[in-house]
Amino acid sequence: MADYLLSVRNLSVRFHTARGAVDAVRSVSWHVDRGETLAILGESGSGKSVSASAIMNLLDIPPAEIVSGEILFGGQDLLKLSREERRRINGKRIAMIFQDPLGHLNPVYPVGWQIAEIMTAHGSKPEDARRRCLELLTRVGIPDVDNALRKYPHQFSGGQRQRLMIAMALALKPDLLIADEPTTALDVTIQAEVLSLLRELQAETGMGLVLITHDLGVVADIADRVVVMNHGEIVEEGSPRDIYHNPKHAYTKKLIAAAPGKGEIPAGEPEADVLLDVRSLSKGYGDFTALKEASFTLRRGQTIAIVGESGSGKSTLARSILRLEPADSGEARWKGRDLLKMPPRELLAARRQMHMIFQDPTQSLNPRMSVYQIISEGWDIHGLMPDRAARRDRVTELLVQVGLSPEHALRYPHQFSGGQRQRIAIARALALEPELIICDEAVSALDVSIQAQVITLLGRLREELGISFLFIAHDLGVVRDFADTVIVMKAGEIVEQGPTLQIFDEPRHPYTQRLLAAALDPDPDVQEGRRQAAATPS
Amino acid sequence: MTKLIGQRAIASLLSLLALLVLVFFLSRLTGDPTSLFLPIDASQEMRDQFRALHGLDDPLLVQFGRYVWDLIHFDLGDSIRKARPAIDVVLEAYAWTLPLALVTMSLVVAAAIVIGSLAAFHVGGFFDRFASVVSLIGASAPDFWIAIVAIVIFSINLGWLPTSGVGTPWHWILPVAVLFIRPFGLIVQVVRGSMLAALSSLYVKTARAKGVKEGKIIFIHALRNAMLPVITVIGDQAAAMLNGAVVVETIFGFPGIGKLMIDSILQRDFNVVLAAIMVTAIAIFLMNLLIDIAYSLLDPRIRH
Repeated sequence: MADYLLSVRNLSVRFHTARGAVDAVRSVSWHVDRGETLAILGESGSGKSVSASAIMNLLDIPPAEIVSGEILFGGQDLLKLSREERRRINGKRIAMIFQDPLGHLNPVYPVGWQIAEIMTAHGSKPEDARRRCLELLTRVGIPDVDNALRKYPHQFSGGQRQRLMIAMALALKPDLLIADEPTTALDVTIQAEVLSLLRELQAETGMGLVLITHDLGVVADIADRVVVMNHGEIVEEGSPRDIYHNPKHAYTKKLIAAAPGKGEIPAGEPEADVLLDVRSLSKGYGDFTALKEASFTLRRGQTIAIVGESGSGKSTLARSILRLEPADSGEARWKGRDLLKMPPRELLAARRQMHMIFQDPTQSLNPRMSVYQIISEGWDIHGLMPDRAARRDRVTELLVQVGLSPEHALRYPHQFSGGQRQRIAIARALALEPELIICDEAVSALDVSIQAQVITLLGRLREELGISFLFIAHDLGVVRDFADTVIVMKAGEIVEQGPTLQIFDEPRHPYTQRLLAAALDPDPDVQEGRRQAAATPS
Repeated sequence: MTKLIGQRAIASLLSLLALLVLVFFLSRLTGDPTSLFLPIDASQEMRDQFRALHGLDDPLLVQFGRYVWDLIHFDLGDSIRKARPAIDVVLEAYAWTLPLALVTMSLVVAAAIVIGSLAAFHVGGFFDRFASVVSLIGASAPDFWIAIVAIVIFSINLGWLPTSGVGTPWHWILPVAVLFIRPFGLIVQVVRGSMLAALSSLYVKTARAKGVKEGKIIFIHALRNAMLPVITVIGDQAAAMLNGAVVVETIFGFPGIGKLMIDSILQRDFNVVLAAIMVTAIAIFLMNLLIDIAYSLLDPRIRH
């Protein structure tokens, strides 16, 4: 038992909140060995990060309270050590990296200073620390190392920032690295690079790696063992293969079933009339070309997915079509009439027929408006449905349609979960009976199981109401399940478009191929095959 | 940086000119200084002589043209009341206001940073309550009332400090203390708030995970970030203080710029009013520049 590098035993943590005590984790036990990668898999609120925070002494006590348990590391219980003793372990023997490297790096100090600090804090001489910084940055693949040390966090890209965090965490060759959602904020191709960097570094140093994630693909790619958490408890533990192919607990089964990208690929394009015809749409910001000569055609009832990495121009395309931003040139014909040249009155009428759903329902719903007001606001704007009784009935109908209950109408957004809020946003979109719904990363912020439900809901609405979708997404699995046509964008340009089946089975453009290769498959066997294929380029 | 300073200087020069025009004509609207300076029974001849002596008999535009012409030659005219160059009178007063502002603001900033930080570490603790009480007093009690109460207690009843005037360091204690309260109350709350935000920030979490000592986390990681919003408020308060503290200077008989300004407005000593306004405007411009420079030194995101 004592042979494990680190073991958490019967840990229970309670948070004392204004609404009473919440048991964040209940009697959780897990362990990790040298050279091993343990994944802690769970959705938001499952308590997957809490034990890591307890290990690093990062819980704010109060409101948190460690009710019971021990954390054994190097033969001693971390929870019994003094603050100073734990400080000496942090960073030196156990290091941690986080999801959002921009927020987790101090914005006002150069990165070289911040990396050196982890060494000087544990007694290194400044000149030794500086030398090691250069080594580390070279190792994690930061270009122009000498200048990089003097730069500030905001001068790096997201992927580079995560590399800097990794360099910092590994400076003192810790025995254990805890990575909390290290790739969640990154584009797929960058995610693949960061994961393989972690794998290499682990092989070099023999450290233990605890990876906290919500992503079955990440588990399949890198984990030796996985523990699945739900509602503060470990529901299942085993190898990624066992868990994926023979899940025992009902929650694990649900989670795996919800993973996108496994069903039949929708085939064929509908032969309906053309709803939206976009020709040579371009848009620049100063010298920067955000959108270059984009052209595509959307037919009634069709779902076109726009995929690409951050900064590829996906959202600019959608916003230019809706004239939320003025395009520089090109046209976007809505039922034959160019939206970009429409007089304001006609544009208002046209906009009623298309609606947008955004990524973050917490921000896109006004917190001071009730659900009833949110849904009915569009009718006020367009002067529709003057009869109050009819409005109430219609709001009730819409709420039921998106899977909420009529009594939710009087509540406010903060009283709902993330998935429910996105349903409210969908109900708001449906209120004006649109013919086109533009989803800008509409399911990206949701947990996998919730995401699957929302996609099912959108699919049902498409069938029942014949709505067309422009579906902006970076998650290829979701796109594969939902879209009949895919547009791939890179640096403001459409590099490839075609039926979903064709794009996924025979991608032609090298960028599409790279994108597909970098995407992680939740099946460990499939993912291993992909990794090997990527390691030996044909 | 030099480009920034240059742009600011030009923008400020333009607003200074606009201010000059405005004040020149507005102050003339208040009336003619002649009747204030000469005895009531002065003869018309004496009045005409006085007007001619000070160029008050010319049309307004001619007077303005002459003023601008002298200004270009760095001559701001003479004080009618004191019969000396207006600029000398103003700079003399500034020599009192500047140290008063400097001493008070230094104490305010030092105290607000220390006490605001301590209040943030122990929300609801002694320093938090102390800061709240002072802020409340500063926001609600008018400074003339505080000044008078302070004189009654410390000068009249206890006899520890002089009631007014200047001369010994003892004379400075009450004006500084009264001027201290309001900006301290404001700044300490901003320090507390932004320190609280900085301490719960993600980069502080990283620093803890790195094993950085608590003192360094607070004074190196959190404080520098927390200072960014504080700097802006310090700038506002310091600028207000450079304007002179009219009420406090008057009550304590402190010969600063605020007192000079109000006296010369009442006496229609136009040249002194204009000179005082211009010197104050330049001081505030330099102050703002200092704040901008401090801001960009503290935050590299502004620099790039």
